[in-house]
Amino acid sequence: MVDKSGADGRSLIRRRAGLKLWLSGGWLATLALAAILAPWIAPQDPLAQDLFLGRLPPVWIQGAEPGFYLGTDSLGRDVLSRILYGARLALIVALVAGTVTCVIGASLGLLAGFLRGWVDVVISRAIDIWMAFPPVLFSILLIAVMGPGLQSIILAIVVIDWTRFARVVRAEAMAQGAMDYVASAQVAGRGRISTMLTEILPNVLPTIIALLTLEMGIAVIVEAILSFVNLSISTDDPTWGGMIAEGRTSIHQAWWVLIFPLITLFLTVLSFSQLGEGLKDRFDPVLR
Amino acid sequence: MSFLTITGLSAKLRGTSFPILRDVSLRVSAGEVHGLVGESGAGKSMIGKAVLGILPTSVEITKGRIELDGVDLLSLTPAERRRRIGATAALIPQDPLTALNPSRRIGPQITDRLVDILKWPRSRAEARARELLAEVQIPDPDRVMRSYPHELSGGMRQRILIASAFAAEPKLIVADEPTTALDVTVQKQILKLIAEMQARHGTALLFVTHDLGVVSKVCQSLSVLYGGKVVEATGVRDFFREPAHAYSRALLAATPKYTDPAASLTPVPEAVIAAVQAEIAAHDRTHDRSARRG
Amino acid sequence: MADLYTVENLHLSLPDMTKKPLVGAAPRIEILKGISFTLPKGEILGVVGGSGSGKSTLGRAMVRLLEPTGGRVLFDGQDITHLEEPDLCPLRRRFQMIFQDPMSSLNPRHRVGQIIAAPLALHGFSDVGARVLDALDHVGLPRGFAGRYPHELSGGQRQRVGIARAIALRPEFILADEIVSGLDVSSQAQVLNLLEGLVKELGLTLAFISHDLSVIRRLCSRVLVLYRGEVVENAATAEVFAAPKAAYTRELLDAIPLPDPDQVWA
Repeated sequence: MVDKSGADGRSLIRRRAGLKLWLSGGWLATLALAAILAPWIAPQDPLAQDLFLGRLPPVWIQGAEPGFYLGTDSLGRDVLSRILYGARLALIVALVAGTVTCVIGASLGLLAGFLRGWVDVVISRAIDIWMAFPPVLFSILLIAVMGPGLQSIILAIVVIDWTRFARVVRAEAMAQGAMDYVASAQVAGRGRISTMLTEILPNVLPTIIALLTLEMGIAVIVEAILSFVNLSISTDDPTWGGMIAEGRTSIHQAWWVLIFPLITLFLTVLSFSQLGEGLKDRFDPVLR
Repeated sequence: MSFLTITGLSAKLRGTSFPILRDVSLRVSAGEVHGLVGESGAGKSMIGKAVLGILPTSVEITKGRIELDGVDLLSLTPAERRRRIGATAALIPQDPLTALNPSRRIGPQITDRLVDILKWPRSRAEARARELLAEVQIPDPDRVMRSYPHELSGGMRQRILIASAFAAEPKLIVADEPTTALDVTVQKQILKLIAEMQARHGTALLFVTHDLGVVSKVCQSLSVLYGGKVVEATGVRDFFREPAHAYSRALLAATPKYTDPAASLTPVPEAVIAAVQAEIAAHDRTHDRSARRG
Repeated sequence: MADLYTVENLHLSLPDMTKKPLVGAAPRIEILKGISFTLPKGEILGVVGGSGSGKSTLGRAMVRLLEPTGGRVLFDGQDITHLEEPDLCPLRRRFQMIFQDPMSSLNPRHRVGQIIAAPLALHGFSDVGARVLDALDHVGLPRGFAGRYPHELSGGQRQRVGIARAIALRPEFILADEIVSGLDVSSQAQVLNLLEGLVKELGLTLAFISHDLSVIRRLCSRVLVLYRGEVVENAATAEVFAAPKAAYTRELLDAIPLPDPDQVWA
């Protein structure tokens, strides 16, 4: 029997089971769950102030009070509970801002890179001009005009970062557009938009996914920065950035107020970026 | 005097038991041109890469010796091996488009190796580069040295790669399908150039190709490969007069000959492939048995 | 026998983007400089030339991937030179193309079955699934390959998928653009034999582009030799090999390395 399988061992090379995917996915899933269940699992009311319970250390250090596992801040508010509630804001911003930015930026990039011609000229010029504005100033201006709040933050992120997607996706779409399989689709009689969606999009998707998760991480940081400078939401709801700002002033007396939200922020952003890589490795048929 | 002796070289895909090379043995004398022939995936390129120490990371050598000028490369430390190969061997790669760095001028790409690795003074390296470009019949070497790869044609780029390969007077050159990407008229010029330079410099040449026509013009001896195993190894004249192995005969029958269209472009018969695969299976069985015993 | 293709004084120029000035259009490079020939139904035409000869451009003009800048291209009597896409689309069922590089001509993220089915779905065929399997049978690939991705196949197998895709629509004309240039000798022989068989079985008209004359000998009844955008020879295959008229044809023949150590190859 002749071996017609065409096997040359290529299909035998398997990538290492995605440790990245498990760790990052695990952290984010846990965080999401904790954020959703915060009203039930948070040990204390995040807004409850009690000056007698101010600056209590975390539970493994002498002088701690049971029930305040990661300590309290200068106003006696429980750090752990505030982190859990802060996660809600962070994740909402990440998901919504990330997704909207991705959809807008990637669509424009795809159209510009594949259709070329005047569509590309218009979109590319728009990207160039847009990117000339200093992003931080731009977002502060935007929020000053619209007033602080969740919608303003999300809008600010989308308005600034769509160009990131557009530029990269445009380049990839251009590269794929030159491939013979696109010419083949044209010879078969497929229309331009149909070709863009059926042939180009699947090959640009891995990059888009990686950028999307990266963007989610960036959204979390931007929100943290905005709440650090008190330009974020207007209510007293806890934010990681706000906690870091407060913790900064009492770093010597109560380091836990700064450190724990900082670690949570760091792990969350890291997980987002690694998630993209892990997903790409796991689900892209070409790399499998 | 054999300059390159490969004995019982076996390699497999890392992390699997899938064999890439099965007990390959061959010898190339000093100044000789030896062809490595076979279909895609037969392992001919892998042998060349194993000799130069540039196997992909997914492939690992399981046993065998590669003796270059008397020294077994596989018994050296990686650093020693690199140094020895750098000083004695060179590569003429397949694709002139990707083998040259598009963002650097030609001149530094030729002189780099001479200056950085062999520690030549820059002036000597540049003079040598100019000499070589003239030898490969490139008009106006000074202008070419200042050019970028994309400003030159495919044939010119391949000439530059050939010049680079001969730059440090290597004793062995591995040519990995150097004309596959070229037009038939350019191929002829390049093959003649390689043959001339090889004869003039007395370099041993391991010539990887799937084209038997090319082999008959450039090589003195050849090894035919299938599935990582040497199926026949003989001198060129004997081979084309009457190949010994059924698979070799089938390859010859598949090669286009415009002078005799009836006797060419015949696909390799399934029976022949089945027979070779049976040979390989038998080899694997004996190999496994002795590995288990030993 | 009716002519399937009539090409009259075809000119095609493309803008040279490397010399584009800051303001204004880029200067144009003429690639095809007045090509004329006819292709009768059922003929296999070889189109030969070196790089820069314009053979690929000619092929692409014939299947209207490129629009000519001068002259006419007639397909089955109809002038398709400047037809717009909506009018071209129904005609596209009748002429198809197989590409040189099987890796870039198959979408790496589509399965083989999807790749072959796509043109069928586009032209409204009903029994797409059955036709895909039928196409795989015709090119000698196991039906199970429909579920594989291109990178799980060898070069020769990928090229056969390209052929399956082209014949699935049962076109009248196929353009084969250097389809064996990247293949080793035995894959090349298999693909050429397959093509020969399919031409007879399906009554195809074929234009076979190659830079290698020796591959053309078996397959083609007529040969068109191009040099720098012009036709330098247009004759029956036997004539071209026995008594080539153009110096360039002679040069091409002399360059071919025959598997014979005694060949005079100066």
